[in-house]
Amino acid sequence: MCLAIPGKIQSIDYVYNGMVKMAKISFGGIIKEASLEMLPTADVGDYVLVHVGVAISKVNEEEAAKTFEYLKEIGEIDELIEHTQVDKN
Amino acid sequence: MKYLSEYRDASVVNQYLEELDKITTRPWTIMEICGGQTHSLVKNGIIGLLPKHITMVHGPGCPVCVTPLHLIDKAVYLAEEKNVILCSYGDMLRVPGSKKSLLEAKANGADVRILYSPLEAVTLAKNNPDKQVVFFAVGFETTAPANALSVLHAQRENLKNYSILTSHVLVPPAMEALVNDDTNIVQGFLAAGHVCTIMGISEYYPIVELNKLPIVITGFEPVDLMQGIVMLIKQLENGEYKLENQYSRVVNSEGNKEAVNIINQVFEVCNRVWRGIGEIPKSGYEVKKELALYDANKKFNIQIDEAQECQDCIAGEILRGIKKPNQCPQFGKKCTPINPLGAPMVSSEGACAAYYHFTNVE
Ligand code: SF4
Repeated sequence: MCLAIPGKIQSIDYVYNGMVKMAKISFGGIIKEASLEMLPTADVGDYVLVHVGVAISKVNEEEAAKTFEYLKEIGEIDELIEHTQVDKN
Repeated sequence: MKYLSEYRDASVVNQYLEELDKITTRPWTIMEICGGQTHSLVKNGIIGLLPKHITMVHGPGCPVCVTPLHLIDKAVYLAEEKNVILCSYGDMLRVPGSKKSLLEAKANGADVRILYSPLEAVTLAKNNPDKQVVFFAVGFETTAPANALSVLHAQRENLKNYSILTSHVLVPPAMEALVNDDTNIVQGFLAAGHVCTIMGISEYYPIVELNKLPIVITGFEPVDLMQGIVMLIKQLENGEYKLENQYSRVVNSEGNKEAVNIINQVFEVCNRVWRGIGEIPKSGYEVKKELALYDANKKFNIQIDEAQECQDCIAGEILRGIKKPNQCPQFGKKCTPINPLGAPMVSSEGACAAYYHFTNVE
């Protein structure tokens, strides 16, 4: 649970009267929501590390791809997919 | 992927292994702090490939593993209250409490849910106004901003039915406690990269200076870990002690100011009991007094006795690095991931589970 997963920002919505940026982020095709409150300068197309629903730092595309591939190898991405399904009920 | 040979950057790791062989002249004992790093080292078989002179001890860096038994019992108690939806991260559900785990409470009918993010718990509270939603908020500094943010979101939504049961722990005070313990054998640390992504690196300078002990902030992939180990051993062999940052592509020295700001709005530093280690001063976060409405510990009158730890489990010695999982008499016998006696066998970041799944490790 301690790892942060890299993904690409697809779109940004403003919530709480425009105070808070929430992003749709693609993790190798799996879309999840994450808060951008800790990365106010992050924009659509940026790669970010996301930890439990919050983007914590920007990374470059190459780093994102490399880390994502490693997390996939060690099964962390499966966990993300599994929890995505659990969330729905 | 089980072994290094299957890892795409195996040749780079091998180069570092060769370098390590060349530079290591004496025995050294070093500790990786983060459970994600333990998992990676064991899973890729790196531990077995290191020069004989280098002993890696596995630190207490698994939040699930250091959450006290008493708090797990509290979570189970709350889950069994009629009006409560208790949610947490997946691993937390399987940790045995003194009588049962959250998963067992769920099987008996309690409303217990696994969530990916505490922010989802706030949505759950909004959609279930007649229920109390409690998020069991465990974690290190990396997870603290998200847990804190859930409180701020609940506040913005004006929700009266959301609270968190916190078991937040802080890494630098634990490192200090470990080196100051009489039984300490650790000569250098690989510090946890993602913790520093949030907090920056300044807290580590005093630990380096006071204890004359090198620290390398390190990522969690095999190449990162190998590079971190080489940097640390170089310092030790040269009689140096410095703070170095192997993971600078992700960690900048200031950390994430917005995240720290959000933490400070919601949490204050407190003394914290670490399971298996005991109380460490100023080593945790609790919800600030003025936000007591969001603090499950204050909001609910939870009256349960302090339970005894399972006598068969030596997790305390494992978490302090004194013993390896396979030195535990119960390891793989009475204690397995399906039927864990202690928390380090539950989480994939726990040392016992890592050894169980991936050992051909001595
Ligand atoms: S193997 Fe099981 S019983 Fe032994 S220390 Fe680890 S968790 Fe405890």
